[in-house]
Amino acid sequence: MPKWSMVIDLEKCVACQACSIACRFENNTPVVSPELAWEGREMRWNDVFPAPHEEVGDYPNTKTHYLTRPCMHCENPPCIKVCPVQATFIDEEGLVRQNYARCIGCRYCTVACPYGVRYFNWFAPEFESPLEQHLNPDKIEGRGDLEGPAVRPKGVVEKCTYCVHRLRKAHARAEAEGRDFRPDEYMPACVQTCTGKARFFGDMNDPDSTVSKLAESDRAFRLLEEVGTHPKTIYLQEGK
Amino acid sequence: MLRISKHDREILLDPLFHAGRKFYLMISVLMLIMLWGLIMYVRQFVLGLGTTGMERPAYWGMYMVNFIFFIGISHAGTLISAILRVSNAEWRRPITRIAEAITAFALIVGTLQIIFDLGRPDRILYLFRFGRLQSPLLWDAVAVTAYFLGSLTYLYLPIIPDAALLRDNIPEGAPAWRQRLYKLMALGWRGNRTQWLRLEKMIAVMAVLIIPVAVSVHTVISWILATTVQPGWHSTVFGPYFVVGAIFSGIGALFIAMTAARRAFHLEEYITERQYRNLGYIFITMAAIWFYFTYAEHMTQAAGQLTAEFPVLASKLWGEFSFTFWTMVVIMVMAFIVLVFPLLTPDSWQRSRVFRPRFALANGVVSVLAILALLVPQSQGVAADLLGGLPSPTLRIVAGVFGTVAILSILPWLKSHIIDAMIIASGFVLVGMWLERWNIVVPTMTHPRLMPVGLYTPSLTEWSLFAASTALFIFLFVLFFKLIPAVSVWEVREGRVIDETRDSAQMPLPEPSRPPGGLQPAFGDNEPTY
Repeated sequence: MPKWSMVIDLEKCVACQACSIACRFENNTPVVSPELAWEGREMRWNDVFPAPHEEVGDYPNTKTHYLTRPCMHCENPPCIKVCPVQATFIDEEGLVRQNYARCIGCRYCTVACPYGVRYFNWFAPEFESPLEQHLNPDKIEGRGDLEGPAVRPKGVVEKCTYCVHRLRKAHARAEAEGRDFRPDEYMPACVQTCTGKARFFGDMNDPDSTVSKLAESDRAFRLLEEVGTHPKTIYLQEGK
Repeated sequence: MLRISKHDREILLDPLFHAGRKFYLMISVLMLIMLWGLIMYVRQFVLGLGTTGMERPAYWGMYMVNFIFFIGISHAGTLISAILRVSNAEWRRPITRIAEAITAFALIVGTLQIIFDLGRPDRILYLFRFGRLQSPLLWDAVAVTAYFLGSLTYLYLPIIPDAALLRDNIPEGAPAWRQRLYKLMALGWRGNRTQWLRLEKMIAVMAVLIIPVAVSVHTVISWILATTVQPGWHSTVFGPYFVVGAIFSGIGALFIAMTAARRAFHLEEYITERQYRNLGYIFITMAAIWFYFTYAEHMTQAAGQLTAEFPVLASKLWGEFSFTFWTMVVIMVMAFIVLVFPLLTPDSWQRSRVFRPRFALANGVVSVLAILALLVPQSQGVAADLLGGLPSPTLRIVAGVFGTVAILSILPWLKSHIIDAMIIASGFVLVGMWLERWNIVVPTMTHPRLMPVGLYTPSLTEWSLFAASTALFIFLFVLFFKLIPAVSVWEVREGRVIDETRDSAQMPLPEPSRPPGGLQPAFGDNEPTY
């Protein structure tokens, strides 16, 4: 059973936000008006933002560090522990997933997540004319389940899933071709699109995989290690 | 056929069957406010929670504050009346019913806040269908449900003899549905020995059972916050801190409710200054414990200065929440002064011509003007025009001296008007406790670890629903006491019998309601009245 993990090399990241855009189109995150974005209602499953309190140097010769942040897919996720209806759960491959058909919108998980990766649908999502013709049709649907890039109803919480529908499709393709599924057949959209090739994705249980090797680097660190969440998204430090 | 004295009947039962213009006016105003709230809620339901002021990162806002506040108010009743029953405090008798009613209605209104706050209120039953007992939110659902059912039972049990009394003494011309209602509520009560024994035993058992449930309710609410790792919430002191705050605000609500009932039904001879004085002592104790916990909570954060936690504290001490924080501190200190200082005032001050309310008011106005001039030195406001020319040390001295004189000269008035003093203190405490919940929930929400600092301002929807919730609370209270006497008739009469026995006895007797032989009714066996 693979354990999915992502490594982000901040040395290579140019903060171009291509990962954010790829994520938006892959996962149908609704676009909001500038006014709503200013009110804090925008949705960026994969956010790129200046790291807080890390501006170095005196003006005008300052240097700002940027962070790019998908879901951490923690091994000890605080969001799952507080959900009253099991609308969010961690599966056996370590993905922290969200069931939109179950979520009651209490936003306890958004409050409990120290990374702020969870977003709430304040209004019903709207897609303007050219966008609505280019929605990703993939969805994961079962009895009482609704996941993946399926357009979310208003009033539920959503988050980065490491593109879990791509994993499903990769499994289905392997099955259709009558062969075993290989972990390198699956990667999220942000990893595929990364301009600086700063993102790596793979199976942490395989000691020979790229992510396993990079995670052993002395540049490797995890965000907010002090809160005890054990993230599976690992960063490689910049400038070392 | 149960009997009641003419005097009791005129004061306690008759007003239930006459509704004046004031009553209908009040009911219509409350219903208008609730209608407005309903319109705003329907709008929120149709459009989504975006109609509130909540945003990322302030995912919780005023609804959560109101939820904690109203559930806190609910500790007025059952907990206080249960503790007083268990400890056999005789003076509790006229106020238990009001206290228990506050509990039941505050719980209804508090639970409503959670429904307002849900993004998908249509899925609320998923809490039972798919409920995860590991989630603090479900602990809360369990605790609040248990407390609600428990306090409904506890409210209803002492009503049974009174309902029977109403059934047998209903005035002619009363509507038939009320006759049926009291008959139903009386459950065939005839007031015989077995029934009294069962009732007393049941009330005694419920009084003991309800105390741990009440404590658990607000502890669990604090754990909703404290079990997360968010800065400022992850604190072990939250459980007891919340419970103490809940009882504190609950007593405040009880003072206001019992004074309202006292004025409306002219219960001056039932609810006397004795109730105010004794409940006031509990109020002072709670105030002292509340100050202790508040200090302990903020002092540890200030001393630790953890990178994530300290900005939250700083925002309260001198940042964007300094207004709500220091307002809370100031009015809580004022409440403490109003409660404690009159007890220390010598009687001789009452004979002095200086210590008069008018003199205090004049001094207070000067002091407030000086403080305003200090706060807005650069602005063009009226206060700045009047006093802005004075240098700030002078203003500080003026504010301090006149403020102190104002407080000192109001003390004899507070001492002689204990009911007004308690109402003033209760108002301070209710506002202060609401602000305390605000200062706990919102600063942590707007100072998350990895997100930019947010701003949260409640929208019109949230204010409207707050007003409508308060209106609903008052509405339920007013309607309930048009159906049921505000004072537990049989308990007061039982108290009178106990007092009379005490007065006539030569030797100090053991408590008549708890004789050595076990529980016995306080009244004769053959007498089917009380």
